[in-house]
Parts: sequence; C-alpha cells; structure tokens
Amino acid sequence: MSQPLLVIEDLHKSYAGTEVLKGISFDLDRGQTKVLIGPSGSGKSTLLRCVNHLTRPDRGRIVLDGEEVVDKRINAIRATIGFVFQDFNLFTHLRALDNVAVGLWRVRGMDRRSARERAARELDRVGMGNRAQAYPAELSGGQQQRVSIARALAMDPRVILFDEPTSALDPELTEEVVEVMRQLASEGMTMLVVSHEMGFARSAADEIIFIEHGVIVEEGPPSQLFRDAQQKRTRDFLRIISGSYGQETAS
Amino acid sequence: MSIYGVLFEQLPYLLQGLGIAVLLLVALLLVGLILGLVFALVEIYGPLWARIPAYAVERFARGVPAIILLFLFYYGLGNLFSIGSFLAAVGALGFRSGGYQSQIFRGAIQSVPYGQMEAARAVGMSRMGAVAFIIVPQALRHAIGPWSNEFSAEFKDTSLAYVIGVIELTRQAHYIISNQHGHTLPVLLFAAVLYFIVNRFGNSLLYRLESRLEVPGFERRS
Repeated sequence: MSQPLLVIEDLHKSYAGTEVLKGISFDLDRGQTKVLIGPSGSGKSTLLRCVNHLTRPDRGRIVLDGEEVVDKRINAIRATIGFVFQDFNLFTHLRALDNVAVGLWRVRGMDRRSARERAARELDRVGMGNRAQAYPAELSGGQQQRVSIARALAMDPRVILFDEPTSALDPELTEEVVEVMRQLASEGMTMLVVSHEMGFARSAADEIIFIEHGVIVEEGPPSQLFRDAQQKRTRDFLRIISGSYGQETAS
Repeated sequence: MSIYGVLFEQLPYLLQGLGIAVLLLVALLLVGLILGLVFALVEIYGPLWARIPAYAVERFARGVPAIILLFLFYYGLGNLFSIGSFLAAVGALGFRSGGYQSQIFRGAIQSVPYGQMEAARAVGMSRMGAVAFIIVPQALRHAIGPWSNEFSAEFKDTSLAYVIGVIELTRQAHYIISNQHGHTLPVLLFAAVLYFIVNRFGNSLLYRLESRLEVPGFERRS
C-alpha cells in the first residue's frame, strides 16, 4: 500500500498555557476527504492551521507526501497546500481573476498572461467565469468563497484545507459552495475540511473525525458514525448538529 | 508705482520663487516618501535591532522644530559636505516629512486586516512578498487622503527654507517688499494666493489619483 499523502503525528499546541491540541494523529490518503467536527474551541481550526504552519505547532510532525513540513521550506510547501478561509480573505484590491492568478504569477513565477488564462479556467470550474472582472466586494459571500476555492485550485494543490468554508453563509449560498466542494471530492481532490455542514459530510466525506478538548474522540466513515457511534458524546454532538444544520440537505 | 505695476514687473521673480518652492516640495516629499515607507515597514515588520533605531530617528524627525532641523542640516552637514542651502533644505524638510509620513503609512498598513496577510502567506508568498504585493498596495490607497495633508503642510513649510537662504517664494516676496519700500500687504497676499492655487491644484491631482485607484468595498466620498 502506498504511503498516506498527509500524516499528522502527535500534534500539540498551547496558547498562553492552555493546551488546545493534546496530541492529535491521523492520516489522509490521496484522494480522500476527511471532515473534522467538534464544538467551538475544540481545536479543529488550530489543527488545520498547523498543517501549513499558519499556526506553528509546539510539538509533533506534519508529513506531506513524504516531506516533513518545516519552516525552512514553508513557502514552497504552502504553495502546494490550498487553504480556504471561513471569511474568504480575498485580496480586496484585485479583481476575481487576479485573486486567482496572483499566486501563479507572484509565487510560481508564471508570466501574467498565462497566469490569467489558467485563472480563468479555474473560475470556470467553480462557476465564476462570468464574474472574473468583479472585485471581491461586488460578489456575494458564496461567490467570494468559490473564487477563493479557485485561488486554491490554481496552485495545483496536493491537498486543500477548508476552515469552516460555509459558516459565514446562509443556507442557499452554503449550498452553492458545498456543491463545488462535492464536485472536487468526486474528482479525487484530497481534502481536509473543518465543517458542520453535515450534508457535505454525509455525501462526500470518507471519514468524519470528532474532536473535543484537543483530542480525537472518535473517527469513522459517516455512515457508521451516524448509525452507531461508539461514544455517547459523539452521538449527542451529531444529533445536535444534524438538527441545527439540517440532514435533509444531504443528497 | 502702483501695486499692479509692481506685481506685474516683479511677477517673473515671484514665479521663479514659486518654481523653487515647488521643486523643493517635490524633492522633500520624495525623500520623505522613501524614508516614511522604510520607517513604517521597519516599525511594523522589522526585527528589534532595526526597530529601535528606526523609532529613535523617526521620533527625532517629528519632535524637533523644522527651523532647527534646517539649521542643523545647513550648518552641520554643510560643514562636512559642500551642500548648498537648497539641498540642505531638501534634507532637513525631507527628513522631517519622513517622520510624519511614517505614521501615515503605519496607520494605513495596520488598517489592512490580518486575514490578507494570512491568505497571501497561505498561497506561498514570503512575508516580504505579501507585504509588497498584497498589503502595501491596499495600504497606499488608504494613505492618499492623509498624505494630501502632508502635501499641503509641506508645501507651506517650504517657506521656512528662507531662513537658510533658499530663494523661494516667501524670500522673493520679501525682496520685493524691501526694494519697493512698501506694498507689504498686497505682495504678501499675492504670494499667499500663489501658494493657495498650487496647493489646491496639487490636492485635486491627489484626489483624482485616489478615485482612479479606488476599489469597491470601501466608503467613498460622494
């Protein structure tokens, strides 16, 4: 069997004496999608941010494609890891097209025209081709998030990390973003997603990981976790979020 | 001679003085722009060993009267190097403007949300790259408004350069007043009008630049 694409090993992180991550380990295989769930403050976002060192872990290892993620090569490594933020963080002074192209052009050193051609294709892929000339502020939240997914895709990422990509969106806009993510998952993109969007988790996740108080409480395929989670805490949490985020959105 | 005659006859000198004032302004603002950006970037992103001297120099530039700076540059540096009064004025006023501009740029840079930096780093940009390509272009747009203040203030302060003998507009006005034995107020008023016109013109150019660079998502002047 080939090695996993992403290995997370014994990850620890403390903020001002409070331990947020208390030794998290799991793997992500090529083409797999895993969804991290857990209550607020459980460390999910911190975990995700540790993967590309937006937050530097105190202890533990991140290995991507056999290469340990270390500060020395961090820019080159980050360029191959997509990151999608909860509040999009599109560059406000650039049009949608250049938001997607800027990484190719400034990081990959591609000439501006080819970068824009590539960017236009990625915008098409997320259904935003017709808004390429819009500035972020002229787009809805869902559209901004799709542009930010295109920005990640343009860099040919080995894995995309999604940090609550739909939490700032209403159900309708959520659906248009989830649709894009579902499509990516089905195309074999490797994805690690922090989300309580159970519709997405049920239909696209290979595995759900439930985190609380900085440790993994339980992990397993959605079908199994939804049917018979081993831990009572997992069952309770799943019941609550399924209620408030609506199971019926699952397709 | 009537005041109109005097003004007409002396107009070339006044305009020459105005030209020197504008030249001094452009030069000192350029010096200040470069110094101000360097101070601001070092204060925000620099390591401690660079931050401390940057703070010290910038505080000195803002904390000392312009006239004393003019004398310090003229007599101090003038002793070491043979610089004329014009270059001494560019140095002194440019240095002070650097201090002021540093705080304009610092405020503008810090008004760019941190998420912009994170998003830039996440696509693989170095910190310097993120600052240069993402943060500063956004910050400079916000800086134009306060910078137009600096433009106005510095233009008016070019008149201070006359204490070290730069023959700019105010100096020319003085010459005319002493040559003509009178007409003090009309000549000074005329000089004031010249300052005012150039100032408004410069400001409207800056506002035009501001609206050309405007991007959606920020409050605009209606």
